[in-house]
Amino acid sequence: MSIKNAPAYRQSNKKYRLAPLDSKHLTGLARIFFCLAIISMVVFNLAPFLWQFFSSLKNSKELYLVPVTYIPAKVSLTAYEKVISNPLFLRYFLNSVIVSIFTTFVTLSLASFAGYALSRLKLKFKTALQFLLLLACLFPQIIFLVPLYELMARFSLISKPLALVLPYVTFSLPLAIWMMTRFFLTIPKEIEEQAMVDGFKRLAILRKIILPLSWPALATTAILIFIGPFAWNEFLFSLSFMIKDTSKTVPVGIALLSGTSMYEIPWSQICAACVLTTLPLVLFVIIFERKIIEGLTRGAVKG
Amino acid sequence: MAEVRLENITKLFGGHIIGLKDFSLQVKNGEFVTILGPSGSGKSTALRIIAGLEHPDKGNIFIDEVNVNKHLPQERDVAFVFQSYALYPHMDVYENIAVGLRIKGCCKAEIQKRVQEVTGLLEIGKLLKRKPKALSGGQRQRVALARAIAKRPKVFLLDEPLSNLDASLRERMRTELKMLFNKLKATVIYVTHDQTEAMSLSDKIALINNGMLKQVGLPDELYYQPKDLFVASFLGSPPINTLEADIIGENALMCGKICLNISSDYRLKLKNKNKVILGLRPEDIKVYLEPKENTYLAQLILIERIGKYTILSLNWQGQILKAITERDFIGQHKRDSIWFQFDMNKLYLFDKETLNTI
Ligand SMILES: Nc1ncnc2c1ncn2[C@@H]1O[C@H](COP(=O)(O)OP(=O)(O)O)[C@@H](O)[C@H]1O
Ligand SMILES: [Mg+2]
Repeated sequence: MSIKNAPAYRQSNKKYRLAPLDSKHLTGLARIFFCLAIISMVVFNLAPFLWQFFSSLKNSKELYLVPVTYIPAKVSLTAYEKVISNPLFLRYFLNSVIVSIFTTFVTLSLASFAGYALSRLKLKFKTALQFLLLLACLFPQIIFLVPLYELMARFSLISKPLALVLPYVTFSLPLAIWMMTRFFLTIPKEIEEQAMVDGFKRLAILRKIILPLSWPALATTAILIFIGPFAWNEFLFSLSFMIKDTSKTVPVGIALLSGTSMYEIPWSQICAACVLTTLPLVLFVIIFERKIIEGLTRGAVKG
Repeated sequence: MAEVRLENITKLFGGHIIGLKDFSLQVKNGEFVTILGPSGSGKSTALRIIAGLEHPDKGNIFIDEVNVNKHLPQERDVAFVFQSYALYPHMDVYENIAVGLRIKGCCKAEIQKRVQEVTGLLEIGKLLKRKPKALSGGQRQRVALARAIAKRPKVFLLDEPLSNLDASLRERMRTELKMLFNKLKATVIYVTHDQTEAMSLSDKIALINNGMLKQVGLPDELYYQPKDLFVASFLGSPPINTLEADIIGENALMCGKICLNISSDYRLKLKNKNKVILGLRPEDIKVYLEPKENTYLAQLILIERIGKYTILSLNWQGQILKAITERDFIGQHKRDSIWFQFDMNKLYLFDKETLNTI
């Protein structure tokens, strides 16, 4: 009936919701393979973490036992106590939180503007610009290490959080912009045109119409930035730019955890610290995933 | 309320896709004008150009004699109802209607008054707290209309507002729309591809094809005095029957094996032509169960009963003709042959080359 008159809208509406990847759609052998693949992926990914978790609960004697015990015979929390009571570790943790949240927030704000411009405005050299963005992701990080160090030193940023936030934002931006652009493109143009006729200015459209509709994308992108290679988990820049002990972040801090002597590596403490630093990520993902699902189900514009 | 005038608007997309070509249209104060045309003919483009969502390559747009070519959409004081309704998904019905008023600078009391007024008018007063996703298609449509009406714009621009509704709801909304805009005495430019909608709603129809204005006038003018074959075939359901004919005398035509005598008024116009196309509306074909004087025999190939009328498809010398008769005309028996007669006074003649009406 009228469907042929609104193909663009229908399509964009469909893209608005993601189809769940689900074994129900598969049959027989395919389904078995699907499940096997999922299981082996989960095992492969989780096994190291589990080992780490169990190791963190072992006392130092059991840790070095041969043959290896996987599940600790006696649960001991001494490693956790030691880590938590270590003021330096808390400091690292705080530093990581500050740097990562700041990075995520700034990247997301910039990416929203840039993504909106790339998806909606008529710009010259738009394709070239997008290509350049992708290109920026292709260089290995280490190339930038020395020049960036020089730069940070010149602006006396060494050991200051900004020395990490600046490069983190820079390196997170391409992916974030790309994701936001993709998402904005799925929002029906008519909604914005309606807003224009209603009298909204460009920035108001972004703030009051587009961003409130973009929760799913904002949350997904936030997660990807936060747990991505350039925030919580970054090592190289942090190791190089954060020289003062009190300014180091968790990944570096853990690596530098030392025992009573040079020759003792406090494995159980390291494992406990790793578990403790992974927890915030898990929490973060759980919180935002709820938002994502909420956002996905609210999309419908027309039926 | 206002006047709208489009002067020789040309709009090309990507330099060569024709959106509109030399399109002119005048809409008077309080007039309900429909832009009618097949899909892709440039109807939406015309509307979007008036709203300022698209900029013409050539030509001028006047609203109340002010050239608005350079005005932004929000400066034109128009309301646009999109085919997809374009409600703000994250705002409830009240907010959807109110947000535009707030930007316009209405005070809170005024906004409340207006929302109450329009939601009462459109009978959606109970839905104020709902989000668009909790509304049916018909309700969304009403919210979109309410939002437009609450703005009290100079001009209403409606882009196929009924096309997403199911058939029965569409018909009801059509009547309602007509009464609504009669009451508002508003200037309305309405876009549709549905000729019934256009015929029943409009004060004036502008028929458009390939971005070019074909004919503009009262619905009856377009129906009874079509300028060319396109206009004649676009209006009317079932569409006009066409037959090719050779001119064999000053006012004689040869159509198949049959010689037709036409009114002598045509005598001069048919000079220098040797082929014409005859157009005959289905309601102007008279059918008989028995042969009579001046009737022709045809095979009856299809009977469609559509309520009050029955549409017959006749095969006459290899050409299909459709005729409208009373519902019980055929009765219940099957029959193969039937006799029909042209109403010679209601025949349309079109030039075979130019397709213009002769
Ligand atoms: N943004 C656009 N880019 C390119 N071509 C377009 C665009 N908008 C419309 N067109 C083309 O212009 C012509 C008229 O379109 P439109 O006004 O939407 O037709 P209608 O509303 O009558 O169906 C069509 O051929 C369409 O493909
Ligand atoms: Mg259209």
